[in-house]
Amino acid sequence: MSGRRLFSAPARRAAIAPFLWMLLFFLLPFGFVLKISLSHAVMAQPPYLPVFDPAEGIAAPKAAIAAFSLDNFRLLASDHFYVLSYLRSVVVALVSTSILLAVGYPIAYGMSRLPARWQPIAMILVIVPFWTSFLIRVYAWINILQHDGILNNVLMALRLISAPVVWLSTDAAMYIGLVYSYLPFMILPLYATLAKIDPALLEASADLGGSRLTTFWLVTVPLSLPGIGAGALLCFIPIVGEFVIPDLLAGSASPMIGQTLWLEFFNNHDWPVASSIAVVLLVLLLAPLLVYERVQRRRLEGTR
Amino acid sequence: MARPALARLSPFNITSLALGLAFLYLPIVILVIYSFNASRLVTVWGGWSLRWYVEFFNDEAMLSALAMSLRVAAMSATAATILGTLAAVALTRAGSFHGRTLFSGMLYAPLVMPEVITGLSLLLLFVAVDAQRGFWTVTIAHTTLTMCFVTVVVQSRLGSLDRSLEEAAMDLGCDPFWAFVKVTLPLILPSVVAGWMLAFTLSMDDVVIASFTTGPGSTTLPIRIYSEVRLGVKPEINAICTLIVGSIAVVIVVASLVSKLSSRQGENAAPL
Repeated sequence: MSGRRLFSAPARRAAIAPFLWMLLFFLLPFGFVLKISLSHAVMAQPPYLPVFDPAEGIAAPKAAIAAFSLDNFRLLASDHFYVLSYLRSVVVALVSTSILLAVGYPIAYGMSRLPARWQPIAMILVIVPFWTSFLIRVYAWINILQHDGILNNVLMALRLISAPVVWLSTDAAMYIGLVYSYLPFMILPLYATLAKIDPALLEASADLGGSRLTTFWLVTVPLSLPGIGAGALLCFIPIVGEFVIPDLLAGSASPMIGQTLWLEFFNNHDWPVASSIAVVLLVLLLAPLLVYERVQRRRLEGTR
Repeated sequence: MARPALARLSPFNITSLALGLAFLYLPIVILVIYSFNASRLVTVWGGWSLRWYVEFFNDEAMLSALAMSLRVAAMSATAATILGTLAAVALTRAGSFHGRTLFSGMLYAPLVMPEVITGLSLLLLFVAVDAQRGFWTVTIAHTTLTMCFVTVVVQSRLGSLDRSLEEAAMDLGCDPFWAFVKVTLPLILPSVVAGWMLAFTLSMDDVVIASFTTGPGSTTLPIRIYSEVRLGVKPEINAICTLIVGSIAVVIVVASLVSKLSSRQGENAAPL
């Protein structure tokens, strides 16, 4: 006991460096985002400053900070373009999270049923693609889905289609890319809870006359709810703000909010609007983020 | 125990596992095969060839982007491992302290936060303090993101560690610092190494945050690949991707051998 107390003071000192680092490079920057989101755009004030010139870069926000206003937020609420961007992001994230759950659950379930010594190997096999650059994984799908790509070649060789089908730059391609990239994020938390389920509970259900299916629905699924929640949040939140995958795989008709932020920033050089998009996105995600933090903490307390 | 009636492996389980793994690996395998394609047309097979690898090693811009990425990844992964391990120690060993909720919140949020937000906010900070953007700003940005992953990896190992070992060391006269260095650190070393590797790969992988925080003349490899891919598929990219996949495979094999070795030394190291 005394040893533990002895240890806690130095351990608290260990927090100082990472704490200061995160305050400086994680929390403080949000202050700047908030500040600039409340300032006027200086688009009409020539010459507008290039984004990548560090010498001039500071002048734009400085001039803009002169007067705080809520104009940017009013713009976001009144312009259909932004509203639709947010809606599309949420819809895309909901749909792909559902697909991920449907695809990931059987895989995680299959893993948890493997003999004990095979389970770590299956886990490594699922993790390895996650260690492979996600840009490469998205690019691999471009190789497959493009006009003269492997998919079209195979389908034509099988005489299932007579002319190449347009796969790339469609929502279908984007969903494939999203599901492919986020699948390990869904499988791992699911597997973690499924593997922990006591087989005695399943046997008890079978003894009481439950069929495999009722056992699955009434015992396995409820017990795996924490994993379902963690997996869904781990996928949903980053997908809402996803930029690279929709940019490379989806059509250009309607962008997701991450793409809109990127466009406002890099193409329109409108820092205030980009910042206010970030603020609203953050507020939208705050609720699921807090839930995630809760789940995470409960999970860690559970393992202790 | 003695109830094979609940057969652990039904045909359904095997099928879903096999399909899942095929889905995960097939695109990468196809990519690797086509990187050896002699044809300029990406999908017309022109026989085996190494020409795209030669092309890559003659591409100055790509090579300098690769060098930049390697430097950033090595530097930020090292910083992230130190900071992340300290954070994990604080979270598992310090009990409750002022700001603990804020501390853990700040460490978990970047794990799921959309990268466009993290990138934008860091850029605005760098602009506000008038920092020259380039190697250091990208390194700082990557350290901030990846230390959170290191924290989670190390924390899960520390949490399952028997505390009585370090308490015994302290009872035998070690001060807490040396008890940590001599007893705890060797025990958590596999996860610290895994944390470093994860941080390194995440840094080598990042397009979005690097795009926001880098300056002219310091392009990283993913930014370079990304801008090429946007313009259309080039077979040279297949070669670069295969090289990256290959080096990651080597690292993973080495890492699992190391962890197997350390587990043979009487300790149950987690796989990666």
